[in-house]
Amino acid sequence: MINQYETVFIATPVLSEAQMKEAVEKFRKIITDNNGEVIHEEDWGLKKLAYPIQKKSTGFYHLIEFKSEGEFIEKLETQYRRDERVIRFLTFKMDKHSIAYSEKKRRMKKEQNQKEA
Amino acid sequence: MAQNNSEIRYLTPLAVEVKKKKYCRFLKNRIKYVDYKDAQFLKRFLNEQGKILPRRLTGTSLKYHRKVAQAVKRSRHLALLPYVTDLMK
Repeated sequence: MINQYETVFIATPVLSEAQMKEAVEKFRKIITDNNGEVIHEEDWGLKKLAYPIQKKSTGFYHLIEFKSEGEFIEKLETQYRRDERVIRFLTFKMDKHSIAYSEKKRRMKKEQNQKEA
Repeated sequence: MAQNNSEIRYLTPLAVEVKKKKYCRFLKNRIKYVDYKDAQFLKRFLNEQGKILPRRLTGTSLKYHRKVAQAVKRSRHLALLPYVTDLMK
């Protein structure tokens, strides 16, 4: 059963820019390898955390929206747990309201870009 | 005897609490999904200490109050909202 998921993970701020890209690339590859399909990606960059995690008060946030089988999520989460660069992650199964919501937001962002461009 | 209670003069005028008709903002402007990533919007449902406000104050319906609670707990997990703080907002 193909479902749509949204996963957000926080990487430690100690990483350099290149390491951060490499981590994101690694997770995107894991998704595409297990015949998942990445729909949308967002990088919120370095953000201040509301409370310190592992003695760090900032972190790189990254969001990936993708479609995949249900069993794949377990594999993805073990990868997250194994990877020590990722200090926190959350995967979320999207129902029809949340799918509609994210599409609407993407459309609005695209319109804004067109207006600016 | 009856007169003297009418002579009670209050120092400050009685602040009659005008009953503001509470409405569920989700039903009114037909919001269907509470986004756990939108910390700014969720902050309206938290008090200064970062605790979730009860329904009787926010006036949201039960169904959406549960969605809000779930979204707040998810954003707390992602450190977008604090578990406990003082003088937030």
